[in-house]
Amino acid sequence: MAITFTVNGTSRTVDVPSDMPLLWVLRDVLELRGTKYGCGVGACGACTVHVNGRAVRACQTRASSLAGAQVKTIEGLSPDGSHPLQRAWVNVDVPQCGYCQAGQIMSAAALLAQKPAPTDADIDQAMNGNLCRCATYIRIRQAIHKAAAMTATATAAPQAQDQE
Amino acid sequence: MAPRTLDRRSFLRVSSLAGGGLLLATCLEPLAGPLAPALEAAGEFMPNAFIKVTADGLVTIVAKNPEVGQGIKTMLPMILADEFDVDWSAIRLEQADLNEAVYGRQNAGGSTATPTNWDPLRKAGAVARHLMVQAAAQTWNVAASECTTASGRVHHKASNRSLGYGELAAKAATLPVPDPNTVALKDPKDYRIIGQPIKAVGVPDIVVGKPVFSIDFTLPGMLWAVFEKCPVHGGTVASANLDVVKAMPGVRHAFTVEPRGDLTALAGGVAIVADTWWQAKTARDKLVVTWNEGPTAAQSSAGFAAKADELFAKGPAFTLSRLGDSDAALAGAVKKVEATYAYPFISHAPLEPQNCLASFKDGAVELWSPSQTPERGRQAVAQTLGIAPEKITTHLLRAGGGFGRRLTNDFAVEAAWISKVIGAPVKLQWTREDDMRHDFYRPGGFHKLTGGLDASGRLAAWSGHFVSYGEGQTFIQSANMPGTEFPAGFVPTWHLGASTQPCGVPTGAMRAPRSNAVAFVYQSFLDELAHAAGKDPVQFRLDLLRVPRSLPAGVMNDGFDGPRMARVLETVAARAGWGTKTLPKGTAQGVAFYYSHRGYFAHVAEVSVGPDKAVRVHKVWVVGDIGRQVINPSSAENQAQGCVIDGLSQMMTQAITIEKGRTVQSNFTNYQLLRMRQAPPVVDVHFVLSDHAPTGLGEPALPPILPAVCNAIFTATGDRVRSLPLANHGYRWL
Repeated sequence: MAITFTVNGTSRTVDVPSDMPLLWVLRDVLELRGTKYGCGVGACGACTVHVNGRAVRACQTRASSLAGAQVKTIEGLSPDGSHPLQRAWVNVDVPQCGYCQAGQIMSAAALLAQKPAPTDADIDQAMNGNLCRCATYIRIRQAIHKAAAMTATATAAPQAQDQE
Repeated sequence: MAPRTLDRRSFLRVSSLAGGGLLLATCLEPLAGPLAPALEAAGEFMPNAFIKVTADGLVTIVAKNPEVGQGIKTMLPMILADEFDVDWSAIRLEQADLNEAVYGRQNAGGSTATPTNWDPLRKAGAVARHLMVQAAAQTWNVAASECTTASGRVHHKASNRSLGYGELAAKAATLPVPDPNTVALKDPKDYRIIGQPIKAVGVPDIVVGKPVFSIDFTLPGMLWAVFEKCPVHGGTVASANLDVVKAMPGVRHAFTVEPRGDLTALAGGVAIVADTWWQAKTARDKLVVTWNEGPTAAQSSAGFAAKADELFAKGPAFTLSRLGDSDAALAGAVKKVEATYAYPFISHAPLEPQNCLASFKDGAVELWSPSQTPERGRQAVAQTLGIAPEKITTHLLRAGGGFGRRLTNDFAVEAAWISKVIGAPVKLQWTREDDMRHDFYRPGGFHKLTGGLDASGRLAAWSGHFVSYGEGQTFIQSANMPGTEFPAGFVPTWHLGASTQPCGVPTGAMRAPRSNAVAFVYQSFLDELAHAAGKDPVQFRLDLLRVPRSLPAGVMNDGFDGPRMARVLETVAARAGWGTKTLPKGTAQGVAFYYSHRGYFAHVAEVSVGPDKAVRVHKVWVVGDIGRQVINPSSAENQAQGCVIDGLSQMMTQAITIEKGRTVQSNFTNYQLLRMRQAPPVVDVHFVLSDHAPTGLGEPALPPILPAVCNAIFTATGDRVRSLPLANHGYRWL
């Protein structure tokens, strides 16, 4: 079936089986491969993207549900890798293998959009669906706090630069 | 895996690049070999080198080993760059293809990269720097000893002159290469990159979603494949409804594959090839196969455990090591403690499921693989397809985790086979379920241990009966245990014996193989003995570690150094405030140490246990001794923290259960990894430096965490857990 939806601000029409998950539409039809396959059952979070501003698992999102939707993937989080989370991830040197990190960042981005200054408990709750097999959780939490602080600093003093 | 030591001399060769550049390559064989023509043809195509300097001053360093998340793509070039004396920010990195004739061993396994590359790469960097200095000295007609280097430039202070490496490259490329063993290496106090917390390369690409992983790599015109294997390990296809599958949308091929070689090569199964992966997977959902399940279809985890009890009753079938008459000493001990421990099979479960792109054309194969052992993969593909290894080109792609799973190249053999059958490039992509059900698992095991204490509460005798898997005295992969297992060598008399039972479950090395399981058993039981002796668990261990080690003839020495470990243990105890804290009821600290992969690690875990067995690990202190230099402290901390949390996952929930010859678990729903809220909020990582060559760290920080936490649970609750996972005893994360 032909489905039209918006991906990272651009309208796209795809002709795919109605039960094809968004994950594979992104990866193999639209060639946006930053979104990762980890489990296919919504248990690992590696495929996390935003649909209409909400963090969802792309492997559990059928193509047929996407008509008119606004989809944002890791490739569209910022034009140039400058989202505070992306900067914080580099700065804190979070990844080991890096495979889960696009999903982690997308979950964190949805959190920060709702709660610009999250507590540890907020972070634990928002990130509960994202597995990191290398177990970089301590640095992920640190990077989310750092990104939140960057955003707060930028708001308070627009000229302030990332200190790194 | 026994690392290949660098006893062969390493040879360095310098060549000119078109346009006035320099290329430094190193290899472990004389250059008269097949490598020579390639090096002579040094044009711009020269990825087979460690250092390339072009006339415009651009320095490229080749990262030679597979990157699976262990940070090697960053760390090995750091060593070269520092000795070459260039700025880290100024260099470019390239991932090497497989070519062991040029690069030496290109593996990711056994924490071997640091010990095997530390000297050769420092020397390679120093040789390149030497050539630049010589070129500058000749240009200026001054003594080389008057020249210094910094940030990719040679300086002559007396005349206030300097030249960049790019300007010197053409001349340097014409100079004779010195014997690497005669070139001066930097004084460690002059390191500017080694020892700095260098951020992992590739992270800027990862955070914007660039397609840098193996799973992301595609070729124009390629097809997609899935491969259904018999759920009983080693079974083969009797029949399959291929006609139904072939009629599904997008399907180009569906065929039966006969097994070739063992399970590390090509298993029997059904291959389905389609235009897209989703089509192949959808067609697979309609596949119905009748299997010849083979001789292991009756095996089960319950059966293995029952057999272990029988073998315990018989006593050890053979001896791993022995000193004196431990039976008599145990019989005469003032106090005797006996316990039985067990742990299950577990799965590697790297987050990126296995995949490989293979292109078979005109009798040659090109592979794009996330392998940890690409050369072994090349040999396996060559043997299975019946072609010469020279006909196989392998590109190393970044892997989404390894943990030892990708030491085996079954996925590459499958991809190559399917490509050969269909005569087109094909990407094989496993599902998570494929990955979990067709792993080479960390083998389970069973231990019966007895310890005897003397009147002063010291360990006087020890015996261990290890029931494992294999035939006779031959263990299956990674199911062995060395005769040096501590406290062997540190106790007046001991006997370590073993028995085996047959097992059709494929097994293999998993992050800190053997150690990840045996540490739990031995360090837990040592804790039992400390408590039985009324001794402090740290002091009890220190008393043992300070005994001069004596191993009987015939037992291969693993290099374990008791005083080195004692220092690590004392340091972690001090950092954790061991024995000095008043902790709330239900909260306690536990300690353990373990030596593996040349690394010395001791952990203290502070743990609380609620009335409903809800466990919280509040903080872990990690102290390690991996020699005189921690090459990249940022990566080192990350690896050690990852090891701790990985170990906690294994401890609490992970088990692969075998029923009717099949793996029961299938995905992260029934095989759980620890999640962020369950992780200790603080893992304090500290290294003590010792006067030894640096060693690796992807593995040795893992084993102590399981017994450290179990020992804390005992102190907090009085409950001694003797089998994994803890969830089987009603424990859960808070």
